[in-house]
Amino acid sequence: MFGFDAVAGFTHHVETVLDKVRTGAVPITPLLIELILAAKDQIKVLLEDPSGDGATNSDESNRIISSLNELAGEAESEQTASPKSAASAEVGAAISWRIMFRPAVQVAMSGLDPVSLLEELRSLGSCEVKACFDRVPSIETLNAEECHVGWEIVLTTERGLNAIKDVFIFVEDVSEIAIEPLPTQSIQATARPDAAEISATPAQRIAPSVSGNAPREKISAQKQLTKDSSVRVPSSRLDRLVNLVGELVMNQSRLTQVAARIDDAQLTSPVEDLERLIAEVRDTVLGIRMMPIGTTFTRFKRLVHDLSGELGKEIDLATAGAETELDKTVIDQLGDPLVHLIRNSIDHGVETPEERVQAGKPRRGTVRLTAAHAGSNVMITVQDDGRGIDPEAVRKKAIERNLITPDASLTQGELFNLILLPGFSTAKQVTSVSGRGVGMDVVKREIDALGGSLQIFSEFGRGTTITATLPLTLAIIDGLLVEIAGDQFIIPMGAVQENVELSRSERGRNNGRNVTAVRGELVSYINLRESFAISGEGPPTEKIVIVRHGIDRVGLVVDRVLGSHQTVIQPLGRFYRGIEVLAGATIMGDGRVALILDVAGLVRRENSTPFTTNSN
Amino acid sequence: MNKTIMTVDDSPSIRQMVGFTLRKAGYDVVEAVDGRDACTKLQQQPVHMVITDLNMPNMDGIELIRQVRAMPALRFIPAILLTTESQPEKKAEGRAAGATGWIVKPFTPEQLVAVIAKVLR
Repeated sequence: MFGFDAVAGFTHHVETVLDKVRTGAVPITPLLIELILAAKDQIKVLLEDPSGDGATNSDESNRIISSLNELAGEAESEQTASPKSAASAEVGAAISWRIMFRPAVQVAMSGLDPVSLLEELRSLGSCEVKACFDRVPSIETLNAEECHVGWEIVLTTERGLNAIKDVFIFVEDVSEIAIEPLPTQSIQATARPDAAEISATPAQRIAPSVSGNAPREKISAQKQLTKDSSVRVPSSRLDRLVNLVGELVMNQSRLTQVAARIDDAQLTSPVEDLERLIAEVRDTVLGIRMMPIGTTFTRFKRLVHDLSGELGKEIDLATAGAETELDKTVIDQLGDPLVHLIRNSIDHGVETPEERVQAGKPRRGTVRLTAAHAGSNVMITVQDDGRGIDPEAVRKKAIERNLITPDASLTQGELFNLILLPGFSTAKQVTSVSGRGVGMDVVKREIDALGGSLQIFSEFGRGTTITATLPLTLAIIDGLLVEIAGDQFIIPMGAVQENVELSRSERGRNNGRNVTAVRGELVSYINLRESFAISGEGPPTEKIVIVRHGIDRVGLVVDRVLGSHQTVIQPLGRFYRGIEVLAGATIMGDGRVALILDVAGLVRRENSTPFTTNSN
Repeated sequence: MNKTIMTVDDSPSIRQMVGFTLRKAGYDVVEAVDGRDACTKLQQQPVHMVITDLNMPNMDGIELIRQVRAMPALRFIPAILLTTESQPEKKAEGRAAGATGWIVKPFTPEQLVAVIAKVLR
């Protein structure tokens, strides 16, 4: 229809097989899965084929089709013995009737409950009942003893017209009853809008609807639908909503400050209510952006399948916690690092089947991908039962690369963290999958950018577990509010470890080098006043906020620490995107702008220009 | 709890047949010999349904149904008339009095149970 004849012709064959799979005529085998996946790739190739006639790839198409047909044909010949036409013939005798039933207004006075008639109809066959309220008078004039409701029933039965008429025998001369046969095809068409109407208007939802046995499936499916019903909204609108809520939060905190200054009970109480409501709105709106992480899990199944085949390994991917919810932005940016981690597990971690058998492990390796909530964080774990990391190999490599001195004593955890450094790769040979030495440091950088952290745990010979801890959302973070010469800055709370004081005399003692002793340990620090070229002298005693940066601790010198602050992150304008030391900005309660510091960016900049900061 | 049905008929054989059928179908049965007897017994013991003969001494079935419909507790219970003939005017009269339905004599126990199942919930 659209000129993709080659694609249409090809997919037709695949669909035929899939249809047989659905009806159970063809069993699902590894070979079938292989073929279907190959078919999917082939469709992609056909779609991108510039000539559009499929001629260039017809060999591959034909190969897949013939294999599929072979597979489907084989299975079918085994199956033909089972007859299944008998059941459908029986059902064919059933006729559908549309029944309009309006009992007399006084029906209750004759001691008859119309519902019992509806139930009797239901005993004849599958039926769907819809109540008609068009004659129900307004509540002021409604007499509770009168019946103004009518029913429209679609009944499918083999019992014939007389059986239906018998149901209404006692009421036929005083009620409005119309019975007409329905053409078979229109059952769906008529029943469906009816049912939809029932769920559509609130007044009708309370309708006493009675339904037969067969449509119950349909009804429950509809229930499912209404329960899980969702609205597709463009993410740009959602972003706008989040931004608006962000501004609402800011305005609210301004209001709170003003109210605190005025200190009038009449003002304070509504402002407190507003604060509570806005907090709820904020949580709800941020909740809208939450998506189950499972959407990304599915693509890893394919990745594991393809890679393990390529490397001659037998690996299963087990996932858990697919329903764990994360901010959509986080999920989008999480894909690449996770692919990297899984590739690593498959390539370096899990051994070949022969090696595994020798080591006394099951032939098939397992890569386990789990997601779980932990407080306001989400922990995503990639775990394999492979050979694990050899601490000695890491140490040797690190010494070789001048990352540590030969006599350095490191804990196992610190050793493993060395893997995260740029240019470190323990793979003995470079494969097409991984091992080019650009592995883990990239993963780490991407996880850092998401405000998360990486932990590595490994037992040599038993397997490796890598855990990424990520914040639930990127839109609002916990921040530490600090001040330098009256300007306010935010340091992401996740990175903050402790605050210490730095007196001027102590600064002098270290000969101008930017290091200070914290409980006997030397910590280098960055003087933000100098880094940002803020003029003026700091107070006699400055504060150092010690933040975690990878395995290091770095101090940030500020004038004052003001306290924690729920920070709504606003991206900087287009012209300021290139500033790596800032993660964004936020507007404070009093309307001023506070810049959010990017710790990793700050450290990177200080390292690349080591002399400018110490110039004075 | 079993539902209680009152059967009203001046013929003991009909009462016995109806009572036997109803008990077998799992209902409790109260018997009355005519309309007046039925009214007295209904004052003492409310029932879930009444099955009455049309022609009886002292008070006939139609009058009984009228009385039943006048009792607040029994206004909405099903009331079935047993008739020997199916004259349209008697049907109309019975309906006007508030009868739920009717069974034309002679009838089989199966027919009786089917009608009860139809009107009694």
